[in-house]
Amino acid sequence: MKFGATLGKWLDMPVGATRWTWRKFWADTSLAYLFLLPSLAVIGLFSLYPVVKAFTLSLTNYFSPRVPAEFIGFQNYREILQDPMFWKAVKNTAIYVVGTVPVTILLALGIAMLLNRKIHLRAFYRLAYFVPYVTTAVAISMVWAWIFHDQWGLLNYILGWFGVPAQKWLLEPKWTMFTICVLAVWKGLGYTVVLFLAGLQNMDRELMNAARIDGANENQVFRHITWPMLSPTTFFITITAVINSFKVFTELFVMYGGRPGPLREGITIVFYIYEKAWDDHVMGYASAAAYILFFMVLAVTIFQFWYARKRVHYS
Amino acid sequence: MQENAVAGSPVWRRVKSVLTHVLLMFGAIIMILPLYWMVATSLKSYPETLAYPPKFIPSIPQWINYVDAWHSQTYFARYFYNSFYVTIVTMVTEVIMTIFASYAFARMKFLGKNILFALFLSTMMIPGEVLLVPNFITITKLNWYDTYAAMIIPFTVSVFAIFLLRQHFLQIPFELQEAAYLDGAGHTRFLFQIMLPLSRPPIATIALLKFIGSWNAFLWPLLVTQSAELRTVPIGLMSLMQDEGLKYHIWMASATLAMIPVLAVFLAAQKQFLESVAKSGLKG
Repeated sequence: MKFGATLGKWLDMPVGATRWTWRKFWADTSLAYLFLLPSLAVIGLFSLYPVVKAFTLSLTNYFSPRVPAEFIGFQNYREILQDPMFWKAVKNTAIYVVGTVPVTILLALGIAMLLNRKIHLRAFYRLAYFVPYVTTAVAISMVWAWIFHDQWGLLNYILGWFGVPAQKWLLEPKWTMFTICVLAVWKGLGYTVVLFLAGLQNMDRELMNAARIDGANENQVFRHITWPMLSPTTFFITITAVINSFKVFTELFVMYGGRPGPLREGITIVFYIYEKAWDDHVMGYASAAAYILFFMVLAVTIFQFWYARKRVHYS
Repeated sequence: MQENAVAGSPVWRRVKSVLTHVLLMFGAIIMILPLYWMVATSLKSYPETLAYPPKFIPSIPQWINYVDAWHSQTYFARYFYNSFYVTIVTMVTEVIMTIFASYAFARMKFLGKNILFALFLSTMMIPGEVLLVPNFITITKLNWYDTYAAMIIPFTVSVFAIFLLRQHFLQIPFELQEAAYLDGAGHTRFLFQIMLPLSRPPIATIALLKFIGSWNAFLWPLLVTQSAELRTVPIGLMSLMQDEGLKYHIWMASATLAMIPVLAVFLAAQKQFLESVAKSGLKG
């Protein structure tokens, strides 16, 4: 009896309903499932089933649909964790996360603070900073490859004004992660600015004005009021930015002509998965690498939630 | 006195305003510069692209570069057709499916609703890269490899879009629904005659997000297509880059052509678009 009631609650069944409401409930249920059927089919086939499938694949030596796969336990995982190339990919991905997320957040916060007042040209600025975000990744990576060109590139020319010697940006491995980070910060900055700006505009200004009247200077107002009140926005931005930067691939792939940087020094985790699955055709192995990526993202996200638990203030 | 304490003296205000504009303008120039450089290079002659110091304004705009870019690849027109086809079909299908799914989650009471909604939301946590290999195998098994279906169907559902529209549907007063019900209108009529006319802005946003995402998509279309007749613009561009014979002015003209549709759509709807991006962050 108790179990039945709990189950009914879990399944959203009506409580103490008459025959008439029951009839309506079942009619609504069939109509709702009719409405949801197409979405459910796509989600089931291309999001839920593959999560399970990727895991079972990762425990096999799956190679091709024509060759039967053998169950090999955690062999793939062991091999990946012993592969120096994988660790290089992890290192590069970590460099990318650390090299893009804090820079983007600091710059975007600064720009959003400057834009968060009545100034002329505000709509223009917001647009100018946002445009890179909607550009086509492949096309814009070509443009940046041209800007980074060691002989005729715009970057070396502009740096020359300040006496910086020309660098071989795309040819020397030491610059690979740097070039990718520059492109990523440029492309993602405007999105973060818009999110911060929305957070700032959503704030209660009276509190800040009251603090100013009480003699607080701008630094104190920022440290004790703006920053804590902005913390839910900052937290949301950080979480999504970190998750997204773990997936860096397209810009690297295009700028370096389909290779993971000069001498393969710029390989990232997704690039590693791509090469294993589509160059080496070891799809079971690639699935195991993908699952490791999944767990790394999950672990970092959980860590961020744990870290934020006392530092994020929801009003 | 207190007024001044809050706002500062007029002179200081003036200086601050000028400084703000200098900083913001400097940043805006950096943001626009790569796009400007793309267009400028696309209008240069080949020798001019290699001039040092580089010229910021092409001496005589070479519009012919765009014609050359268009003809640089046998299938460029075909790539554009494919991109438009895939983008528009994905977008329309997604919008229709999102409307029905969001309505069910927002406005109907049915068996297993919460469990199902949680299941939908949970898929947002999974990085798409984990799904690449199994989805590729599924596509092969369905015999969809190298077809439009492979590029379209997996992207016709976005849980984020369902979540967005559901939030909007929830804000429409429930009294309206009761009134409609008493007048004999069922869910379907209520959805089409009352909810949809009230939901144009979020639906436009969902369509726009899908348009941009779909047009710019690269990795998945690259993996599931093979024949040139089916490839989309970004993949066509990539093969252009690997063609050694081509020069930078043609590259940049092609890149400009590839971006015109997304940039045009974005600029036409930018106000609406930026507002929805801003809103999506506030829920966090």
